[in-house]
Amino acid sequence: MSTVAVTQAEMEQPWVQPSKGRVAMFCLIIAESAIFTIFVVAYVYNIGKSLYGPTPQQVLEVPIFNSICLLSSSLTIWLAERAIERNQVKNFGLWWAVTFILGAIFLVGTGVEWHKLIYEDGLTISTNLFGTTFYSLVGLHASHVIIGLCMLMVVLLFTITGHVREEHAERIQVLALYWHFVDAVWIVVFTVVYILGR
Amino acid sequence: MADSTYPIPGAVEAPSRRWSQAAVLEWLNSWVTTVDHKKLGILYIVYAIFFLLVGGAEAIAIRIQLIQPNMHFLSPQVFNRIFTMHGTTMVFLFGMTYIFGFANYLIPLMIGARDMAFPRLNALSFWLTFFGGILLYYSFIGGGGLYGAGNAPDVMWWAYAPLTERAFSPGHAPDYWALSLIVTGFGTIGASINVISTAFCMRCKGMTLMRLPLLVWVMTVASGLALITITPLTAAQVMLLIDRYLGGHFFDTQAGGSAMIWAHFFWIFGHPEVYVLVLPAFAIANEVIPVFSRKAMFGYPAVVASSVAIAFVSLGVWAHHMFTIGMTSVGNAFFVLSTELVGIPTAIKIFNWLATMWGGKIRFATPMLFCTAFVIQFLLAGLTGIILSIAPWNWQLHNSYFVIAHFHYILVGAIAFCIFGGIYYWYPKVTGRMLSEKLGKWHFWLFVIGFHITFDVMHIPGILGMPRSIYTYEADRGWGTLNMIVSIGGIIQAIAVLIFAWNLISSYFKGKIAGNDPWDAWTLEWSTPSPPPVYNFATDPVVTSRRPLWDLKHPDDPDWHYE
Ligand code: HEM
Ligand SMILES: [Cu+2]
Repeated sequence: MSTVAVTQAEMEQPWVQPSKGRVAMFCLIIAESAIFTIFVVAYVYNIGKSLYGPTPQQVLEVPIFNSICLLSSSLTIWLAERAIERNQVKNFGLWWAVTFILGAIFLVGTGVEWHKLIYEDGLTISTNLFGTTFYSLVGLHASHVIIGLCMLMVVLLFTITGHVREEHAERIQVLALYWHFVDAVWIVVFTVVYILGR
Repeated sequence: MADSTYPIPGAVEAPSRRWSQAAVLEWLNSWVTTVDHKKLGILYIVYAIFFLLVGGAEAIAIRIQLIQPNMHFLSPQVFNRIFTMHGTTMVFLFGMTYIFGFANYLIPLMIGARDMAFPRLNALSFWLTFFGGILLYYSFIGGGGLYGAGNAPDVMWWAYAPLTERAFSPGHAPDYWALSLIVTGFGTIGASINVISTAFCMRCKGMTLMRLPLLVWVMTVASGLALITITPLTAAQVMLLIDRYLGGHFFDTQAGGSAMIWAHFFWIFGHPEVYVLVLPAFAIANEVIPVFSRKAMFGYPAVVASSVAIAFVSLGVWAHHMFTIGMTSVGNAFFVLSTELVGIPTAIKIFNWLATMWGGKIRFATPMLFCTAFVIQFLLAGLTGIILSIAPWNWQLHNSYFVIAHFHYILVGAIAFCIFGGIYYWYPKVTGRMLSEKLGKWHFWLFVIGFHITFDVMHIPGILGMPRSIYTYEADRGWGTLNMIVSIGGIIQAIAVLIFAWNLISSYFKGKIAGNDPWDAWTLEWSTPSPPPVYNFATDPVVTSRRPLWDLKHPDDPDWHYE
């Protein structure tokens, strides 16, 4: 009989499960990590294997300002998350916009860097092995930044038109998770390309 | 009994089987636009069976070509292409889709949910997979050789670089191969995310993780593995396309690139992939064997743990496909040992199935016949795997027909057998009608006999040195008779599959009415009518043990007493 009582008590407990948005985003991040791992391995494996120049030492400049912008955007998006949790929509919009701008600066910076590499140094994806691996890995990351910026932009538009409220906090946090991931990947890419690779 | 606890809204109409033109369009529309997990599950299964037939036809073409020395049925070119299409079709279009067919249809029903976690993502994933398949076969358009096969990809399913680079493979065949698999790969990622989110977040009240039906557990593990294995392949294919279209040098040895890195990337995907395919087969056996042995599955936690362990270990053994590439002896030793390690969780699984059957009241209905044959064949195939994973033996047997025999022993002997068993088992739930047991027995016996004729014998030409992927051979090698036998076995299997296809169609119209629970089973899906209504459950079920229907049927002796 005691077992019945236990089961009865168990029945009355609230039934909570993890949020499906978060679980799904974690899964996506795991899948994406696998993709990045393969590209990073291909980069590391091929460091110094180019048979002819230009070499990374000759042409790469360490993008310090860019990286500071991107990494601090993780902080601002976190502030935005906190704000929407507490239903401070104005603050949320502000931090969200700052995040977007920081991300955009990063992307522009990458564009400037690539412009210099292509037109001044003559390094394209087909020039040599370094060009192939460099543009693939950095480009893969940049394309993730672009996707992230698109999503940030959509939320920003919703915020400006007054459609974002406290109840959307969860979805926004799921999106922010993606942005944190993109930032974290940059730390790896930065280390591999601009520190190990030079 | 079941009905009184989980009441159903109104009576479900008996499935109508009459057609008019408007009704057909309506019907078509309802399938194309559906987001219902049951319909998408059926679409996946139909898609998988369709490509099983296509891939099977290609296999028969290969076997006709090899039936005796110096055959001229296929030209060498077309042979390579058919060979590639066979492997690619079977692994990606049949193997990767049957998983999500079963998962989609069954998981929500088994965990007492109304749908998958993301119904629209679910539909998107299916249609991505669908268009990926179309894209692969679109390469046939353009004519040339055996009904257009002269334009199909000819890179084999492992597509070794640098043979797939522009210089060696001009034209578009490798692009079809890479692009279509990238598209189906995205479908797979979406579907896997959906399966995992559903299993963790949509369970009905009382369905703790330790009460999840084993099918759900194992499908979830397989989906997780699919997430981290299909993505490296996608990455490698993107690199291949960069090389082919943007003039990149990843695999271009002339510019310092490496061909070996392709082999690594491919097998980092390729080895775990075989477990992505086989785990869902285990999942099916885990449901069928207990019900037909009238015993609860032996060692539930061990089944879960060994599935997770298999998934983990399989990520670290890929280079056993590369012993002949010339690794260091430390490398060889590592990959030999890590491969042997897979034997431990695999053996645990076999003991679980045997212990479940041991002392049970076994009913050999068709689903159980297939699953019993599976256990035996899986054991044998594991043994040939151990042989192959010993490096010196591998140097002898690599790229011979012994390898082909090994993996078909598993891919057909385990995966296909479990799928057949699973379809016989759940067909009544899906259609409301039973499959014919008589045709089922014919299907089973012909298939087992054909299977053993083909794949038992196939080991021998491999040991005698017959290489894989050759389009024909000289008469003086002594392989002729053996190949003749192998081909005859293949044709017997094909006949069995045709009987099965006929059974699927004819039973849909004339099969015995099934009722809710024809097998006297224990999981939640059998508490719904057959076929289940759109929202599955009128009131959300509440469960108290691993076998909710057992508890309902035996209130005097419920399972939760023992948990
Ligand atoms: C105890 C378990 C297993 C061991 C030790 C094992 C070992 C091996 C080894 C060493 C090879 C490489 C042979 C060569 O190319 O020289 C191989 C090939 C293969 N195995 Fe297994 N295997 C096992 C289970 C499986 C399972 C469960 C599957 C499928 C579900 C499978 C499918 C394959 C396939 C498809 C290939 C050939 C790939 C190709 O070259 O095209 N194996 N196995
Ligand atoms: Cu393997």
